[in-house]
Amino acid sequence: MDFSTFLIQVLNGFQYGFLLFLVASGLTLVFGIMGIINLAHGAFYMLGAYLTYWLIGYTGNLFLAILGGILIMAVLGYLIERLAISYLYDRDHLHQVLLTYGLILIIDDLQKILWGTDFYSVPVPEILAGGIQMTENQEYPIYRLFISVVCMILAAGLYVLINKTKLGMMIRAGASNREMSQALGIDISKIFAIVFSLGVTLAAFSGMIGSPISSVFPGMGSEILIVSFVVVVVGGIGSVKGAFVGAMIIGLADTFGTVLLPEFASVVVYAVMAIVLLWRPQGLFGQT
Amino acid sequence: MTQEKIMRFILIGFVAILAAGPLYLETYYTELFIHMMVLGIFAMSLDLLIGYTGLVSFGHAAFFGLAGYLLAIVTPETEPTAIWISLPVVLAGCAIAAAVIGWFSVRTSGIYFIMITLAFAQMFFYYFNENNDLGGSDGMFISNKPLVGWGDFQFLDLENTTSLYYLVFAGLLASYFLLRTILNAPFGQVIKGIKANEHRTKALGYNTQNYKLVVFIIAGTMAGFAGFLEAASSGIVSPGNLHWHHSGIVIMLVILGGMGTLYGAVFGAFILTLLQDKYTGMVELMPDFMSGMADHWHLFQGIFIILVVLLVPNGAVSLLAKISQALGKKEDAK
Repeated sequence: MDFSTFLIQVLNGFQYGFLLFLVASGLTLVFGIMGIINLAHGAFYMLGAYLTYWLIGYTGNLFLAILGGILIMAVLGYLIERLAISYLYDRDHLHQVLLTYGLILIIDDLQKILWGTDFYSVPVPEILAGGIQMTENQEYPIYRLFISVVCMILAAGLYVLINKTKLGMMIRAGASNREMSQALGIDISKIFAIVFSLGVTLAAFSGMIGSPISSVFPGMGSEILIVSFVVVVVGGIGSVKGAFVGAMIIGLADTFGTVLLPEFASVVVYAVMAIVLLWRPQGLFGQT
Repeated sequence: MTQEKIMRFILIGFVAILAAGPLYLETYYTELFIHMMVLGIFAMSLDLLIGYTGLVSFGHAAFFGLAGYLLAIVTPETEPTAIWISLPVVLAGCAIAAAVIGWFSVRTSGIYFIMITLAFAQMFFYYFNENNDLGGSDGMFISNKPLVGWGDFQFLDLENTTSLYYLVFAGLLASYFLLRTILNAPFGQVIKGIKANEHRTKALGYNTQNYKLVVFIIAGTMAGFAGFLEAASSGIVSPGNLHWHHSGIVIMLVILGGMGTLYGAVFGAFILTLLQDKYTGMVELMPDFMSGMADHWHLFQGIFIILVVLLVPNGAVSLLAKISQALGKKEDAK
């Protein structure tokens, strides 16, 4: 592998890592703050991708489609929290797992009813088409770079939201002591609904922004869900910082695994997870 | 009659219905019952983890599917393999896999345990799904049923549905009583202690880590036993057997029936499978505009799961218990 190929793979690894971070951050936020394990997270990712494909047919513009999709998913996330998830805060993880598993079955089947089982592709918007010349015959697509930049901005935005704003303060207060925050006059059930909706939207947004490079297909949700689980377990559950580091590690491991060990490509990320767990069972940034 | 007596009465009735199965069931239903009993064994093995030890494994299908593949590998295309050889090989393979996955997983707990078992099971799924020597996503055929006999002497012909039925029925009873024995032994008391309060159990001097690992291996091996029976009766194994959706379904069976009772898991397997079997018929009874629902069992199943979790979180057994309690009170009043 010469240096430019290596560089492109590194960029690819980071780009995949950024996308994984977006998905995993939603998962880890919802767990860290609300104590809810959401198996349907991947299904929301898939829904985001399908919505983009569908709305692009009407608007003809990726950005408008994404905007519309975000609105739909934020409302959907809010409704699901109110109608189902909100009954499960005091229950065992087992019930949360099972209920969100039921959601997956419903969403997967609705997806089949609405869009069928075909594979779809979403075109890269023209302003972001083309690539940056790396060497004479290798170029790096601008759209991938765009994804990385957007994800970085969102990561920073998430950090500011949680650590610097009043809403973030209420979220953190609710996470550390629910009853006490309620006694102080914070409407926790509203906060939780917002957080869940935010998590759903993050997952869907990743599916939307990733759709031009990954194509849209049934089952894309469970693929990403499992990888995000690995990311969250590696990084330490509930920690956004951990999700970031975990996503980079898994993004790079997966990219280089595919290039260097094609036969074991699908097993590499799990091997990385196993090694991390041997060393730190609570994940890199997890608290015991 | 006390509540326990009524429960025992129901159970004995259930076993009697099963024992007489092939006498009154058509071939189609005999085969369906075989499938349900196999799922019952599978669900009981998970109940040992979820209901008694408090370990929620979301990767239990890995052992179920692995067993099928191992059976396919040890069965040549030309001749049957004796069950005395294939079964121990399959069970040993599943025990080793459970030991490796368990060794990593029991170091964690709660939500980590759920995610890690799920991730490891998916690793198995991808391995079998992408390995073309093992049929890739199509899976493998098992051309010959295991031979129950010695040399030319055949004790049971598994091509015969009735023989197969009674083999699986015996397997169901054996699994139930084996688990009961384990749970009544001091070992069982310790694992129940882990579920109730792991710190306290540890403080009493038990190495809970080792206990959890052993339970995980027992459950994985028994799931393998169910997978062996499933593959032997259907003659085919596919990566779908290890998919995480399958792990989700079996959790559903345990909850639906009522966890922590063993027989509840078997009830769950019967309820969900019969529901699925009758689903098309039920759709026909619905208003016309819903006729499209016939192809969407998953949609219905998803709604059903959510309703069960929200409304009957303790499963069918809790309903039975309530009914028998009410009956018991009436009896007392007399």
